Amino acid sequence: MSLDAETLNQFRDTVSRFVRERLVPLEDKVAEDDAIPEDVVAEIREMGLFGMSIPEEYGGVGLTMSEEVQIAFELGFTSPAFRSLIGTNNGIGSQGIIMDGTPEQKAKYLPRLANGELIASFALTEPDVGSDAGSVRTSARREGDHYVLNGTKRFITNAPRAGLFTVFARTDPNTTDASGVTAFLVEAGTPGLKLGPKDHKMGQRGAHTCDVIFEDCRVPASAILGGKEGVGFKTAMKVLDRGRLHISAICVGAAERLIHESLNYAIDRKQFGGPLADKQLIQAMLADSRTEAYAARCMVEETARRKDAGTNVSEEAACTKMYASEMVGRVADRAVQIHGGAGYMTEYAVERFYRDVRLFRIYEGTTQIQQVIIGRSMVRNALRNR
Amino acid sequence: MKVLVPVKRVIDYNVKVRVKADGSGVDLANVKMSMNPFDEIAVEEAIRLKEAGKAEEIVAVSVGVKQAQETLRTALAMGADRAILVVAADDVHTDIEPLAVAKILAKVVEAEQPGLVLCGKQAIDNDMNATGQMLSALLGWSQGTFASELSVDGDHATVTREVDGGLQTIKVKMPAIITVDLRLNEPRYASLPNIMKAKKKPLDEKTAADYGVDVAPRLEIVKTAEPAARAAGIMVGSVDELVQKLKDVGAI
Repeated sequence: MSLDAETLNQFRDTVSRFVRERLVPLEDKVAEDDAIPEDVVAEIREMGLFGMSIPEEYGGVGLTMSEEVQIAFELGFTSPAFRSLIGTNNGIGSQGIIMDGTPEQKAKYLPRLANGELIASFALTEPDVGSDAGSVRTSARREGDHYVLNGTKRFITNAPRAGLFTVFARTDPNTTDASGVTAFLVEAGTPGLKLGPKDHKMGQRGAHTCDVIFEDCRVPASAILGGKEGVGFKTAMKVLDRGRLHISAICVGAAERLIHESLNYAIDRKQFGGPLADKQLIQAMLADSRTEAYAARCMVEETARRKDAGTNVSEEAACTKMYASEMVGRVADRAVQIHGGAGYMTEYAVERFYRDVRLFRIYEGTTQIQQVIIGRSMVRNALRNR
Repeated sequence: MKVLVPVKRVIDYNVKVRVKADGSGVDLANVKMSMNPFDEIAVEEAIRLKEAGKAEEIVAVSVGVKQAQETLRTALAMGADRAILVVAADDVHTDIEPLAVAKILAKVVEAEQPGLVLCGKQAIDNDMNATGQMLSALLGWSQGTFASELSVDGDHATVTREVDGGLQTIKVKMPAIITVDLRLNEPRYASLPNIMKAKKKPLDEKTAADYGVDVAPRLEIVKTAEPAARAAGIMVGSVDELVQKLKDVGAI
C-alpha cells in the first residue's frame, strides 16, 4: 500500500524524534555494553519498526520501497546496531517468506515477525562460501518426509536472538551450482541446530553475529520455503534488491550524521584565531561530503521509485549500494580528519561511526560483487540490443 | 468516564524562534509546528487512565487554524478515540487568546459532558498559563493545576501540584479541570500501525461561530523582542580576582 504524504510525514517525524531523543543518547552505552537495553528493544517493537515491509494483512504496515527508505534515512542517523536489530525482519529474514512462502508459512511466521516477537535470520554465508553464494556446501539429505541438515553457517546477523532461520542447503548433491540449493525455514530450538559464540567485530557493537551449526538437524519437508526444492537460491537473489536499497538509505543517514557532527565540531573548535568552519580547506571537506551524501540520497530515492513502479532495478540497486557504502566510508574518513586528534578518540561519535560504517562496503554484497553485477548486466543488455 | 484533552499546535520545541522584522510577533512561515509538549503529557495521562480502566473515551480538541488537524492526528495516533477541530483563524500567525479558547472549550464541554478535562499547564509559545484556569471559572468546576501526580477515584481526584519550594497534594471534586506539569509522565511515541489507524478515527470540524464565540483579540501586542545577546566573558587569573570582579558588578 502507499501512504498519503501526511501520514508518512507523521511517521517519519516520530521516528526522527525517537532516534534523536532516545537512541542517540544511548549510543555510547550500547557500544560499551555490547547490548541494546531490553526496554529499548521493547519500545522499538511497540513502534512497529519490525514490520515496516511486511504486508498489512500479516500485521505489518507494508511500506513501499520509497516509504521504507525515508524511514531508513532517519534510522541511519544513529548507531547501525539499532538498525541491525530490525534489519533482518524487514529485509532478508522476511522477504523470502513474503515472496515465495506457502500460505501456511506466511500465516505462521509473518505476524510474529511483524510485531518483533520472533526475530528472523538469513543463513546463507558459510566458512568457505561468501559472495559465491551458489556454491553452498551445507547439505540437506532427504529421509522420507524429512530432511537432515549438516553444515556450518558463518557471520549470521541476529542469530543469537533469532527464533527463525532461513537456511540455504544443497538438496541435490550432484550439483555444484545454485540450481541444487533449497531454502528451509528452521526454528530455533530444533534438535541439531547449535549456535557458536558471538563474533568479535571491528564495530557495530550491540549488533550480534555468530556461527549457526547444523548437526543431523531434522526438519519436515513442510519447512522448505515455498514448498519446492531448488527455488531457494532464486528467492535469495530476489530478496537482495530490497536489502541493498535499505542499506544504501542507512548509509545516507549515517553520512548525514557524520556531516552533522563534523559541522558542529568545526563551528565550535577555534584554531588560528577563529572557528575551524571558517577555513576553506575544512569547508572543502564538508562540501565534498555534503555533495556525495546528497548524490547517494537522490540515487536511493530514484531507484526506490522505479522499483515501486515495477521496473527491474537489480543493476541500479547494485550501483546505489556500491556508491552509498563507498561514499559513507569517505565521509567518515573526512569526519575524523575534520575532528583532528579528537576524531581518533573514542569519546567522539565519529570514531565509532568510522568503524561501524566499514561493514557497509562488505555485507549484502561487497563493492567488488556490485561491480561484477553492474558490469555483467551492462554487457548482457548491450548484447541483447545488438 | 469521558476525558476531554485540549491540544494546541505550537512552534516545535526544537526550533529556534525568530522575531519578525517589524516586531509584531514571531515568524511562523515554513516553521516546523508540533503539539505543545505539556498537551502531549495530558494526552498520555488520559491514555493511561483509559488503560487503567478509569476512562472509557478520550476526545482531543484543538482551537486554531485548519492545520491543527495534524496535531489532532498525533493525539489520535497516540491513543485518543476521536477529535474535534474548531477552526477559529485562517492565518497561522493569529493566536487565539486564552479567554476565547476557554469560552469555546466550555461550549465543547457542554456538548460532550466529559467527567474530566486534562490540559497542559501552559503552551510553550505564549506561556499564558491561563486557559485551564479560565475554563474552570467559566464552568464552575474544580481545578487542580501543575499536576505532577494524579489519581482518580470515583467522585474525586487527588492531585499533587508542583508549587514553589515543594509539593502540595489536594483533593478535588469531579468533574474537574486538571492542568499537567512536566514530571507527570513521559509521553509515548506513536507507533506506525497506530498512525495508520488514526487516519480512520473520526475528526469533526467546527468553527468558532458554531459555538457563538467571538475570538477577536482583547490584547494588543505592543512589541516582540528577541532575548538580549549574551555579552562576551573575560578570563580571570585567580579566585581573588574572580571574587573582586563579582563584587565590582554587584553580583556578590
